[in-house]
Amino acid sequence: MEIKLNVSWKKTLQAINEQVITRAIQASGYSAILFVVVIFIFLMREGLPALEEVSVSNLFSARWYPIEDYFGILPLLGGSLIVTLGAALVAVPFGLGTAIFIAEIAPRWAREILKPFVEVMAGIPSVVLGFLGIVALAPRLRVLLDLPTGLTALAGSLLLGGISIPTVVSVAEDALDAVPRAYRDAALALGATRWQTIWRVTLPAARSGVITAVMLGVGRAIGETMTVMMVTGNAPVIPAGLAGLFAPARTMTATIAAEMGEVAAGSVHYHVLFFIGILLFLISLVINLTASAVVFRQRKRAERILS
Amino acid sequence: MRELCLVCILLALLSACASPSGNQPAAPAPVTTIQNKGSDTMVNLALAWAELYQSQHPEVSISVTGGGSGTGISALANNTVDIANASRAIKPEEIETIQRNGAAPVEFVVARDAIAVIVNHANPVEQLTLQQISDIYSGKLTNWSQVGGENRPIVRLSRETNSGTHVYFLEEVLRLGREDDKTLFAPETLLLPSSEGITAEVRDNPNAIGYDGLGYITPDVKVLGVAAASGQPYYYPSVETVNNKTYPIARDLYMYTLGEPQGAKAAYLQWILQPEAQQVVRELGFVPVTSP
Repeated sequence: MEIKLNVSWKKTLQAINEQVITRAIQASGYSAILFVVVIFIFLMREGLPALEEVSVSNLFSARWYPIEDYFGILPLLGGSLIVTLGAALVAVPFGLGTAIFIAEIAPRWAREILKPFVEVMAGIPSVVLGFLGIVALAPRLRVLLDLPTGLTALAGSLLLGGISIPTVVSVAEDALDAVPRAYRDAALALGATRWQTIWRVTLPAARSGVITAVMLGVGRAIGETMTVMMVTGNAPVIPAGLAGLFAPARTMTATIAAEMGEVAAGSVHYHVLFFIGILLFLISLVINLTASAVVFRQRKRAERILS
Repeated sequence: MRELCLVCILLALLSACASPSGNQPAAPAPVTTIQNKGSDTMVNLALAWAELYQSQHPEVSISVTGGGSGTGISALANNTVDIANASRAIKPEEIETIQRNGAAPVEFVVARDAIAVIVNHANPVEQLTLQQISDIYSGKLTNWSQVGGENRPIVRLSRETNSGTHVYFLEEVLRLGREDDKTLFAPETLLLPSSEGITAEVRDNPNAIGYDGLGYITPDVKVLGVAAASGQPYYYPSVETVNNKTYPIARDLYMYTLGEPQGAKAAYLQWILQPEAQQVVRELGFVPVTSP
């Protein structure tokens, strides 16, 4: 009798444990949604008053000088776009090239060395890269390209490209690795060269993963702060097309980082900085949605073809 | 059984936490802490003062942080620091904020500072008038040949807008001290987050012009002579030219407290004006307020 009671008590305890653990895991799963919603509400509450306090013509003007109430965010938007575009131009070819080399071409021993090195590269603190940019990269860029100053969007782009490469490499390499062996064998059996196999078969088969890799890399670049603040010169000028790469630029992230510490809570400047935060949030949201939309459409097409 | 173990461990932990206070000797006299925050221009000076003062007065502990004059004053307004350092006088709206919280700021002039205008050693330009510096930074002059230099583009360097040095330079140099003047920095002006950033770029780049506190100038950049107006003599910044008010870009450095300081704070602020502390000012490249 006593033993039986003990057993059933144990069983209830187990059931309760099970319940608690299940709930805890569920809660931590849903908490991601909760955090995003809370952050979004907070951003909106602090940032939207900017639209009432600053006239739209001021907000979308070309002059950013907050201590005299010039709140034109166009130079900051332009600065972020040009630096990110430059970073993508660096990170996409180099990142995909490295990923293809590691996944498709490199012999086993080279792969074993390359992969950890790429991962170490991802771990370099951005402030260290920024310091290298100031003392080594910017002076050389100025002399090499005969620019007035080396502290330009280009310096930021090169370093941000370097920061994004590990992200692009590891995600793209995983995607290439997941392409079934049979695809390559079939292509080679049909007489395709190695390059034709990579370019026409493996890469298209892994396309959704590759696009995710590029999008994640771009997302990493647009959110990076410390490095760009140190090397882009932070001059709030609207970039004049691609030539803007060779001039100083001021990004949205660097502006928030440089000015948030000083600003009085609740002031107009404070609200505008949060409004810039909303814009950054929306931009990365759009990037992520585009990426998943592309991936989703392709998966459907692939399923249709295979079925 | 497991629960029992847990309880034991908890008890052991608790007793471990509690025991040291029980059998330790009485702590030395209570330490008074003074929180000191503000101007980045003054952070080295404030640190040197704090170190010297603490070595003489072990019962006082002073913690110094930078962040900018505005940061220090808003921390004072929120009553999170005891003394705010500022490289500019407090603004009327900042006084208003503090008064809304039911207090009044008290001002102390603790040192003087001069802003040096610097260029690369390879730049042949030796001196400029205030008007020329203003025109360079507002974007009216874009080539060094317009002020007697080589045919090179001018790259303007400035501290970020949250720096007291930036605001001072805007008001006293760009706008030449005129209240109604609305001249702004040219948008192409590079805004660098640190003094080191400016020195590094000027040291390296023959196109660059920068400005910074006299205390931060290193020998690897060239300091320009400045004249208040064309036709007037050019002066180089130094302790003498700042004290006899001939160098045109000089300012007072301030400390602010909430209400008249009491106790340790009052003693510290009094000590800062003594010759001993003012000697530290001289050593760091600033200018003492009382001649020792």
